Amino acid sequence: QHRHLLELLKRTTVHGESNSALVIGPRGSGKTALLNRVLKDLREMTQVRENLLELFMKIPFLSGLLQTNDKVALKEITRQLQLENVVEDKVFGSFAENLAFLLEALRKGDRTSSCPILFVLDEFDLFVHHKNQTLLYNLFDISQSAQTPVTVIGLTCRQDILELLEKRVKSRFSHRQIYLMNSFDFKQYIKIFKKQLSLPDEFPDQSFAQKWNNNVQHLSEDKAVQDVLQNLFHHTKDLRSLHLLLMLAGSAVTVHHPLLTAADLQEASRQHRADSRANIVHGLSVLEICLIIAMKHLNEVYDGEPFNFQMVYNEFQKFIQRKAHSMYNFEKPVVMKAFEHLLQLELVKPLERPSVRAQREYLLMKLLLDSSQIMDALQVYPNCPTDVKQWAASSLSWL
Amino acid sequence: MNTRQQSKLIYSWYGKPFSSDRKLRTSQYKGILVTSESSKTEICIQLGDFILVEGVNADQPYVAQLLDLYEDGAQHKHAVVQWFCRLEEIPQNKRKLLKREISAQEVFFDQVLGYDTDIAAETIIGSIMVLPLHLGDELPIITLNKERTFYVKQSWDGKCFKVLSPDTFSKLKEASRKRGVITNSSKASIPSDILTPVKKETKSVVRSATKPKNFDMEIESKHSASKSSLAKERHSQRVANNDIKTPTARKKLELNSPTRSKGRLLECEVLGLLDDDSDAIAPLEPSATKRKVKFASENLSSPPKIPCSNDKSKSTSETAEHSWRFSDTIQLTPYTKVRDFSEKDKNLHEKDNSLSLVGYQKPSSLSPVLTPRARRTCAQKTSTLIAEQISLLKSHGKLAAEEDFLSDSDSSYSSSSEEEEDDDVPCTPEKKTKSRRIFSTPKSSRKSAVHTPAKTLRKTPLQGTPRTPRNATPEIPRRIQAAQEPASVLEEARLRLHVSAIPESLPCREEEFQDIYNFVESKLIDGTGGCMYISGVPGTGKTATVHEVIRCLQQAAENDELPPFEFVEINGMKLTDPHQAYVQILEFLTGQKVTATHAAVLLAKLFSTPGPKRKTTVLIVDELDLLWTRKQNVMYNLFDWPTQKHSKLIILAIANTMDLPERIMMNRVASRLGLTRMSFQPYSYKQLQQIISSRLKGVKAFEEDAVQLVSRKVAALSGDARRCLDICRRATEICEFARQKRTPEIVRMAHVTEAIDEMFSSPYVNAIRNASLHEQIFLKAILAEFRRAGVEEATVQQIYHHHVALCRMEGLQSPTVSEITAICSRLGACRLLLVESSTKYLQVRVRLNLSQDDVMYALREE
Repeated sequence: QHRHLLELLKRTTVHGESNSALVIGPRGSGKTALLNRVLKDLREMTQVRENLLELFMKIPFLSGLLQTNDKVALKEITRQLQLENVVEDKVFGSFAENLAFLLEALRKGDRTSSCPILFVLDEFDLFVHHKNQTLLYNLFDISQSAQTPVTVIGLTCRQDILELLEKRVKSRFSHRQIYLMNSFDFKQYIKIFKKQLSLPDEFPDQSFAQKWNNNVQHLSEDKAVQDVLQNLFHHTKDLRSLHLLLMLAGSAVTVHHPLLTAADLQEASRQHRADSRANIVHGLSVLEICLIIAMKHLNEVYDGEPFNFQMVYNEFQKFIQRKAHSMYNFEKPVVMKAFEHLLQLELVKPLERPSVRAQREYLLMKLLLDSSQIMDALQVYPNCPTDVKQWAASSLSWL
Repeated sequence: MNTRQQSKLIYSWYGKPFSSDRKLRTSQYKGILVTSESSKTEICIQLGDFILVEGVNADQPYVAQLLDLYEDGAQHKHAVVQWFCRLEEIPQNKRKLLKREISAQEVFFDQVLGYDTDIAAETIIGSIMVLPLHLGDELPIITLNKERTFYVKQSWDGKCFKVLSPDTFSKLKEASRKRGVITNSSKASIPSDILTPVKKETKSVVRSATKPKNFDMEIESKHSASKSSLAKERHSQRVANNDIKTPTARKKLELNSPTRSKGRLLECEVLGLLDDDSDAIAPLEPSATKRKVKFASENLSSPPKIPCSNDKSKSTSETAEHSWRFSDTIQLTPYTKVRDFSEKDKNLHEKDNSLSLVGYQKPSSLSPVLTPRARRTCAQKTSTLIAEQISLLKSHGKLAAEEDFLSDSDSSYSSSSEEEEDDDVPCTPEKKTKSRRIFSTPKSSRKSAVHTPAKTLRKTPLQGTPRTPRNATPEIPRRIQAAQEPASVLEEARLRLHVSAIPESLPCREEEFQDIYNFVESKLIDGTGGCMYISGVPGTGKTATVHEVIRCLQQAAENDELPPFEFVEINGMKLTDPHQAYVQILEFLTGQKVTATHAAVLLAKLFSTPGPKRKTTVLIVDELDLLWTRKQNVMYNLFDWPTQKHSKLIILAIANTMDLPERIMMNRVASRLGLTRMSFQPYSYKQLQQIISSRLKGVKAFEEDAVQLVSRKVAALSGDARRCLDICRRATEICEFARQKRTPEIVRMAHVTEAIDEMFSSPYVNAIRNASLHEQIFLKAILAEFRRAGVEEATVQQIYHHHVALCRMEGLQSPTVSEITAICSRLGACRLLLVESSTKYLQVRVRLNLSQDDVMYALREE
């Protein structure tokens, strides 16, 4: 992939050939890194080649997240190209004028004399949604005609990007697609892990670097650490998540605790994997827990149909009357208050927007927690009354 | 921009018809009165005057000489003109033939065939002056009235520039000289309206010059050319006199117009001065005229100013002579006096004509009669409208213009009498009534602008103010090092296979090419308008073919096989808004930049009114479907214009869909589009093969089978030639990589197959195979859930249960809900899954974006 892209860009710069390509790959697969690397290589190469490129490769870099419509994108291009109508980083003139101006500028060049331009469109899929895909059409059209040599490179994570292109835009696109996949296996993953964690040679304190690197080597052979990594690897091959994990572990390093241990990594992994909703449940009061359990039972009885507050309250009342010995029978308004707290935490979500006419008690709700989550949370919930636990565990709520 | 609406002009005939043709029911007139409602001014333009005719571009009216005026049976006023063309009207590629700098004030005597010299009288804007000059001459520096003075040095016949033939030159000069006389006389007539006696006087005085000049002309021929340098000196002196003294004098006079006698006195003084001058020059005059006739053979360096100086001096001397006589009459009955003058003038000119032995010169003889009125109105206008200064400028300019006029008429005389190179002057006396035909000299190509006189005047002082900075030249910096030339056969092949490489011919589209060519050609020859709708899937060579047609037509036009035409292209995709189409078309045609709505108005006017000098316009509308608007007014207008009688507009509309007219156009738009349609079929594999081999002619880079494979593959899929070329190009790259190891010289089947696979392979399967374990399990869980529910949609919660179950089966640690949602969103980002916006947490609905079979296939392999 690297070689392919490098060749492509080399031809643009050296021969003045116009091209277009898409780099497609899932998030965190290194699309931008690849491109940057290629550009770096290219610059190094052209230094050999009398600096042809260093000065004259223009790289308008557009991101679909920043350039939300063609108008902004166009202005950005003109600004980055530093064309004549740019005054102090500001572009004047209307959208139409700018477009005409830019096209005119690009039309004027020809293969042999103008310096090649590289357009990098990050988040390419977002450009597709621009009205009429005017920008893409024009860029591709330029790349397909004898004008200023341009190379258009799109970066996207969407596999179906080509289907989003309009047919005439698609026809103008050269259908060069470079797929990036995280195709490494676990051994390579461990290697990456080691490489990421090792200190470079330039590190000032040589002896510490030595020690640290040895430690990393040990870590990578440690069974526990491998388990942690294996787990993460199974979940995602995205290298960013590995970085995140290592960051969490690395933040545990202090002066007194200079080396990473397997425990640190496990702890980090635990944090990394932690279920956010279940954590919220830990902070709830007993009453609120009871309400959630009531909802869980309702879900089981009615097979996931929505419920309202009154049903939950009735369920709660049944529990109080039959089972509860340690529980105090709360007033309805208090229960209501607790229910609303759950609503605010978005553990419960109304099906429709609350309106003035509908009474709050009868608004239809859905529980956004899975029963397994509730059970997990209850396991670790501190000082949970036993009868509540029993109630939660029993399949029939009031028996 | 000033459109006609802003100040309405009323056109009326000056005087009675002096001749009429019963059969054709036409009647000819001596002049025309142009009355501006807003400014309350009146211009009288007579035959022989130089006029501005409104053109396409509001900033650049056409320059022309009025040759005939008549009214046809339907009460339409017509005018016959001799065109002059500005530099801007000459095509860019021809301009370099000139090999010299051209000032904005220079015009060319237009001999291009095919321009309609018969224009509607309503398009006349105002009068100007045109001075003939020799080629080597510098333009005289005229500070005053720059806007209204033009110079002629060369003629232009559509192909090359020629030095003005002696006849035309002399004619022009005579016209301008007469003009000068007339101006003066016309100025004399001003007083009759405004009653500023002083002016009256001057005018009358100047007017008297006509007579002597005629004499001079006769004399001139006898004398031999001599002492040109002296004449020049004289001229400069005289000019100085004229420029400085007369204006100032007049100014003074105007200032104290109530005191009549004083003004008159002053005027006399001036005249006296002028008289002296003219006396001194007198001996030189003959030489000048001689020069006129022989001027072609003479050295070009000899200043053309001499004739002018002579003229002027003559006129001034005459004015001096006659001043006394006329002033009396003026005082008594200003108005009748003007009449007198005109009549006298007429007589004089008739005499003139008889002397020059041209049978039908009546119109030209009439023109002097008419001009006074024009002058008067002009002067009136200036006096009312503009400040004193500007009025001075004006009057001076007029003086000059009249001189021009004289010379012009001169030239026309001679050309008609001799019937030389002026091929368009079939001056058969029988055709007198239809004199417009006689002077059907060619017009120039450019369009110029509609300038209502009132506005022009007001505008003149503003000319210097800078406009919006639209003059930035868009350009990409040059590269320092030249692009490398292709080194190997493969690189050469790749270059040729690039879509941008323009092939010499378009194979496999000969039929379509011929059809379009014939269509446009016939319309061009007929001078009518028409539409053609061209459809076809992308990459079938629609745009390329049309461009090729235009190129051939342009070549034909250059070789004079076809009338010249203008070519405008707009692309729906390159417009930000459908209405911008108007702006672009107008900019192509005239170079103006205006807003969309205004451009629409201007264009509608342009295409609906008979434009005299307009060439046929060929308009290519690419990606027509994008010009669709809710009201469809853009499309409606575009297709409505060609149906107008005078539009001379040919539209070639290009779009992808064959049934576009039926599908998105309203009935009225579709009906205007007409039935001339053509559809480009996708290329068959044989055609694609032919295209590739024609591009690769002479380069042995591809195996025969490889080409065939590519073309068959593409033809089966889309028939898109672009795709085909891209694949071939990619194949050469792959081949090049491979060559570094071994050394196969040409692209073989294997390479092509690889390229095709690369381009057409579905990315999904590959993506799934490279997904992480839990992502794969998640997909399995989805499949399981789908199978269970029998619906192709599931919530994350449901899938989660399956996922956990699967994990237990595999003996893996089951993921938490947070992890599941992360996996889900990752797959969603790759569009393996279609995921709802994730505000619903576990209730988010999930669908597969590819078929279940694909997923199963991808997962099973592992």
